[in-house]
Amino acid sequence: MDFLRPASWEEALAAKAEHPTAVPIAGGTDVMVEINFDHRRPEYLLDLNRIVDLYEWETGAESVRLGASVPYTKIMENLRAELPGLALASHTVASPQIRNRGGVGGNLGTASPAGDAHPALLAAGAEVEVESAARGTRLIPVDEFYTGVKRNALRPDELIRAVHVKKADGPQQFSKVGTRNAMVIAVCAFGLALHPATRTVRTGIGSAAPTPVRAGAAEDFLNAALEEGGFWDTGKIITPSVAKRFADLCSAACNPIDDVRGTANYRRHAVGVMARRTLTWTWESYRGARPAPEGAA
Amino acid sequence: MPSPELPIPSVRGGAPVGAPSKITQGSRARGGVGESTLRPDGILKVTGEFAYSSDLWHEDMLWGQILRSTVAHAEIVSIDTSQALATAGVYAVMTYDDLPTGVRNYGLEIRDTPVLAHGKVRHHGEPVAIVAADHPETARRAAARIKVEYRELPVITDEASATAPDAILVHEGRDDHHCGHVPHPNIVHRQPIVRGDVARARRRADVIVEGEYTFGMQDQAFLGPESGLAVPEEDGGVHLYIATQWLHSDLRQIAPVLGLPEDKVRMTLSGVGGAFGGREDLSMQIHACLLALRTGKPVKMVYNRFESFFGHVHRHPAKLHYEHGATKDGKLTHMKCRIVLDGGAYASASPAVVGNASSLSVGPYAVDDVDIEAIALYTNNPPCGAMRGFGAVQACFAYEAQMDKLAKRLGMDPVEFRQRNAMEQGTLMPTGQPVDSPAPVAELLRRVKAMPMPPERQWESSEGPDVRQLPGGLSNTTHGEGVVRGVGYAVGIKNVGFSEGFDDYSTARVRMEVINGEPVATVHTAMAEVGQGGVTVHAQIARTELGVTQVTIRPADTRVGSAGSTSASRQTYVTGGAVKNSCELVREKVLEIGRRKFGSCHPAWATAGLLLEGGKVVTEGGEVLGDLADVLEEEVVEVEEEWRHRPTEAFDLRTGQGNGHVQYSFAAHRAVVEVDTELGLVKVVELACAQDVGKALNPLSVLGQIQGGTTQGLGMAVMEEIVVDPRTAKVRNPSFTDYLIPTILDTPTIPVDVLELADPHAPYGLRGIGEAPTLSSTPAVLAAIRDATGLELDRTPVRPEHLTGTA
Repeated sequence: MDFLRPASWEEALAAKAEHPTAVPIAGGTDVMVEINFDHRRPEYLLDLNRIVDLYEWETGAESVRLGASVPYTKIMENLRAELPGLALASHTVASPQIRNRGGVGGNLGTASPAGDAHPALLAAGAEVEVESAARGTRLIPVDEFYTGVKRNALRPDELIRAVHVKKADGPQQFSKVGTRNAMVIAVCAFGLALHPATRTVRTGIGSAAPTPVRAGAAEDFLNAALEEGGFWDTGKIITPSVAKRFADLCSAACNPIDDVRGTANYRRHAVGVMARRTLTWTWESYRGARPAPEGAA
Repeated sequence: MPSPELPIPSVRGGAPVGAPSKITQGSRARGGVGESTLRPDGILKVTGEFAYSSDLWHEDMLWGQILRSTVAHAEIVSIDTSQALATAGVYAVMTYDDLPTGVRNYGLEIRDTPVLAHGKVRHHGEPVAIVAADHPETARRAAARIKVEYRELPVITDEASATAPDAILVHEGRDDHHCGHVPHPNIVHRQPIVRGDVARARRRADVIVEGEYTFGMQDQAFLGPESGLAVPEEDGGVHLYIATQWLHSDLRQIAPVLGLPEDKVRMTLSGVGGAFGGREDLSMQIHACLLALRTGKPVKMVYNRFESFFGHVHRHPAKLHYEHGATKDGKLTHMKCRIVLDGGAYASASPAVVGNASSLSVGPYAVDDVDIEAIALYTNNPPCGAMRGFGAVQACFAYEAQMDKLAKRLGMDPVEFRQRNAMEQGTLMPTGQPVDSPAPVAELLRRVKAMPMPPERQWESSEGPDVRQLPGGLSNTTHGEGVVRGVGYAVGIKNVGFSEGFDDYSTARVRMEVINGEPVATVHTAMAEVGQGGVTVHAQIARTELGVTQVTIRPADTRVGSAGSTSASRQTYVTGGAVKNSCELVREKVLEIGRRKFGSCHPAWATAGLLLEGGKVVTEGGEVLGDLADVLEEEVVEVEEEWRHRPTEAFDLRTGQGNGHVQYSFAAHRAVVEVDTELGLVKVVELACAQDVGKALNPLSVLGQIQGGTTQGLGMAVMEEIVVDPRTAKVRNPSFTDYLIPTILDTPTIPVDVLELADPHAPYGLRGIGEAPTLSSTPAVLAAIRDATGLELDRTPVRPEHLTGTA
């Protein structure tokens, strides 16, 4: 196994172009586990740790450009206001030691359906900034990024540089079911974001289908129901039947398997419960935070 | 923690259930028995500096690696090691055919386990070949180049497949001492216990409850994986540095396979990272020695976590069928049970686990009419053997569920019902053996029930819900929705020490001398310190018995006689007893020297009951007769003696009658849980425990044992299970990613109420304590979850799908 240590992003892209089988490694929290278990033996490891840009983030007007290697701890500590869903998800990643090393770039590169960042990215709305020496930069909408179990839309000569996550324009929530109260891999997970600016709700489901997915039909149903009922304007409590229908549609968006971590039935069921609860929590926040009627402070 | 002025407890105002022990000799010793002296390894372990056996290193050492079977049950058609041998850096590759002597099997009781597979593999992960190379990665890769051709056989995975008329025999041609009395060759051992007349007693019952219970396969999950270093010696022998639970048991199994006399296999205990029963059986010991002797170089072997799941036995999974009857006024009439333990591919400790499961199957209750049967199967599942609680754990899960069912049917409080049937001193065990020391079962239940309840809704705060206090924890699954509190109780009984006629002795060598004017004691035993705190206790005993301050504890090795196993909650009792006994003999010799030298100077030298206190010889009245330094001068007093507890008897193979056990240990738990009933997630809020420890030699260690055992039981209740595919008998979750053990956030507050009622037969009146808290913790949590959800829950661990109807 050769260990490539580019000093700059350009060198990294050149190395990836020259050795398309090279496996990029940053925090190593996924790659090293695979190597230690002998699940993979890449010809080349491409170490990105010297590329300091990958550890930076910039907050723009619309979105946060989050470097691929920004560790989860930094997201929790610094981006709670801008990216509340991702910050919550980050807090559920493994242990403090792993959160100090791992970042969203690794979650996207591995593209495991159980990656904790995915539901939050799907719900918030995000684009993955990837680059190759030959063709330069392209932005891939996160909805199109996951192409199969542990497969993504990256081409062999491309590297993930950053992810552009929409700044929250409303409340966001993230829930994850594991059979232990901390440091647990997801049995299933759910992210939900209210976007009052566009009067839409977005979702993300983890570990309940071959890839992370949005619950499209559930979103469409809820968006229509909220619009028709004038909920965005009045901020009134969401009718239980609407919440239930939304939850059922989220369950229906799952395509889970039975495995050692849980049954398919349980995953469908739990996603529904999390969908209903996260909708309730975010909507309560939205109602509380809405501009008060004229005259009030 | 126990106070020196313990009130003597009694039940419901009746007779006292026992009394604390009194210590005369050394009662003023600093750092003696009864004090919470600190462990020498504590800080090192917390700061990561402790040297474990995996940290061993030797110049020029090689690394050993095992090739394990990828299938559970198959004939080995061929093994081709040529590519492995041709790998640069490889020094040796060995298979069954390379073993040096005719002794090619080992085992704790039945030598049925091949050192390396011969003709057949019987479980997933069985060792097939071993490699030594100059780098661990080279050894791993070379092992992967060994080509093994398997012809797969159908797998035997449960009682039905094991005892089917055409079942393949897991072991052909058995000639062990159990084969004559088992109903089928795929049954390792069967122990029935019949007492009284169940048919007649059954007619007195106003209610009868039945239950079929399932207990999953738990792993010891010790933190230090199997590891050791074998160093060849000039005399043709080998020195093995090893993490184990019993050096001399290892030695007896290793030496014959190597073709060496036992005195040429020297063993030194290395840093042990936990055991819990998982190091009773051999793992890499013989393999490392074989490779060291073959290559003439030191060979180190270290399992990684994945391999560790295949490298030691697990707790027996079990199916338990129980029937109990009770009268309207809440008295048990009878009990019938059948316990089927899955022993996996090799016997390991299965026969003794059967003995425990059957003899402790009634629990700490008085029932005169019982009909009990326990068996252990041979299957192609992973081998199962010793784990903390050892057969008593599975039974406790089932009989405590039964107690709650009975109380419910009778409309009685579950604690009150248990108290009405609680055994006490004098009660007969189902084996006919009288319980001849305090058995404060009802009192423990009373104490645990009397503890204040944890406040409700602790997650609520002015800044919103604190998710760490809720089911799901940081995963943020509920802010209080669906959360229901439940409370459950359980109590258990565990035997202490090796039972059924086993010669369960220990050996201690104690030396006393004067160094730089100070009397110094040295204690040398072969006791495996696996984290239980035995070395701390030995020093305390020496201070108390010899009245000295300075005590040196020698490293455990085979240059001293056997200490027996660090298991069965026995080491403080048995090796502690041996140290106490040898200290007493040393004391007598020291006093003899004193009498010889100074007897004519003071008449008190001739009196009995002289004590050693504070480096001096004193009378019972406290008069100082002389300094130990003056008594001993240049003389060295040394004693090495074996020490035994009262002998036990085998259980009759038909009736199960016999005085089989040494001592019992009792603990009770109250679990308070909060269950997210919609998601099926559980937060254990509190696990209160009351335990009788006889005498707390080191109260802080006692607390640690109780909290640790309680937490291990919690893990068994809600998360810990090795999942074996029933179609292939392959392990599906051999990693800490998928075999979950409790984190600190899963570990509740554990208030502990320690009772110290002396067992008059035991040193200082102590009781072995390490296992009892593991028994009752699991059923208490299950009872609390049942209370919260109203579900029956007949299996453990309980998983979210069981609580949500989505299994």
